[in-house]
Amino acid sequence: MIAPVLYLIVFGWGLGSGINVGGSSYINFVIPGIIALTTMTLSFSTVANDINIARTYTRTFEEFMVAPVSMLVYAAGKITAGALRGLYSALIIVLLAIVFQAGLRLDLYFIMITILNCFVFSALGLTAGLIIDSHGDMAKFSNFVITPMSFLCGTFFPLDKMPVGLKEIIWVLPLTQTSLALRSQGESVFQTLLHPTILIIYLLIFIITGVRLCKKAE
Amino acid sequence: MLVFDSVTKKYGTVTAVDNLNLEIPKGEFFGLLGPNGAGKTTTVRMLSTLTAPTSGSILVDGRQVDRNLTEIKAKIGVVPQHMNLETEMTAWQNLELHGCLYGLQKDIRQKRIDELLEFTNLSDRANEMVKNFSGGMKRKLMIARALMHEPEILLMDEPTVGLDAAVRRKMWDLMKGLNKNGLTVVLTTHYIEEAEILCSRVGLMHGGKLVELDAPQKLIQKTGAFVLEYFENGGTRSRFFNTRQEAIESAAGMEGSVNIRPANLEDTFIKLTKRKVEG
Repeated sequence: MIAPVLYLIVFGWGLGSGINVGGSSYINFVIPGIIALTTMTLSFSTVANDINIARTYTRTFEEFMVAPVSMLVYAAGKITAGALRGLYSALIIVLLAIVFQAGLRLDLYFIMITILNCFVFSALGLTAGLIIDSHGDMAKFSNFVITPMSFLCGTFFPLDKMPVGLKEIIWVLPLTQTSLALRSQGESVFQTLLHPTILIIYLLIFIITGVRLCKKAE
Repeated sequence: MLVFDSVTKKYGTVTAVDNLNLEIPKGEFFGLLGPNGAGKTTTVRMLSTLTAPTSGSILVDGRQVDRNLTEIKAKIGVVPQHMNLETEMTAWQNLELHGCLYGLQKDIRQKRIDELLEFTNLSDRANEMVKNFSGGMKRKLMIARALMHEPEILLMDEPTVGLDAAVRRKMWDLMKGLNKNGLTVVLTTHYIEEAEILCSRVGLMHGGKLVELDAPQKLIQKTGAFVLEYFENGGTRSRFFNTRQEAIESAAGMEGSVNIRPANLEDTFIKLTKRKVEG
């Protein structure tokens, strides 16, 4: 939880003071972005590292694999646990935002999108934890996939500052959908429905891949 | 009843287990022997669904094992070669977790945990973190864990590695007792005397293939009941004979010191796996 608090301080109060994005202060813009990236990082790393360590280091993964538990149940358990961890971090940021009196519009849509984001990246963590066979490779995956997403997916600055071509690619990424949805004020009904739909598609893909991998992973 | 039907496992270009056919009836104490890399562990791992065979099928009570076939998995207890306890949990918590995973009721879990901790002499360490346990205690806890759900088949992959002689003997008694009560035991081991003492039948694996399959005594007789050992050109050679008389006669013409003794399974093992140059 240190990183998101630092982001809040550096980008929110430090660099961000005096900057306006879309008519309101930068801190109001950046908080949904920080919630999106923090829930992503925590949900992902909780599950991915836990499974990776259980498979390669403590070998406790085997105890779960030989147990009479179906792989769907195992996957569901791991994903839910990771998602709850992510939600817990979201809660802390929301509390911080309230303490520092940043403008944050908390409605049902906002909460649902946050929960969905937690589940999507928790499921990605499951898949990554099962595919990746070493700590080193797991760190690489985080460095080359998770970290770039956390900075570029509309979290710290609006997507339309990105060059054409790259912008479209980034738009498709799940975290971009979350960032857009968390700031969805003024969007059409179609757009507000499009974000969760894309997230659900990602979630299903990750869960199905994860459960399949579970059957074979060692 | 446990059946391996033409089971093959390949890791890339390496064939770890090569067309294994084997039947293990209920209640048998079966030992899998073989040098390092013979495919013993892979065989046990396939049986416990930790590794899927490349081809062929493994049947337990007529049903093919699969990671999602929970009824079959509930009948198997596994003691793996390496330590895989949760080290940040106590002995009691490890058993409790196992009980929950196997769907045991709370009162049954409680009862079994008490019984097994008693059985393995770990009762007074029940609430201690596993990371503070000695190697032998961890092994015992792993065996207790495998027995928690009262399995019908117990798979043990080198369960006595790293244990001192006294604890190992105790472990043997424990395994013998379990087998007497009707438990099917499949054991892999490096200690050949262990297999000789415990197993009613042993399978000898070499290079992924099952090369011999018989009762230990019969295997010994197959190669010869007596061994003549002598030292020549910097190495100990051994020759096998059916009777002591034949061995003595052969030794009569030799120079230097010789040793004649009854053969054990280890001699047979070494001869069959050709790790030693034959006389």
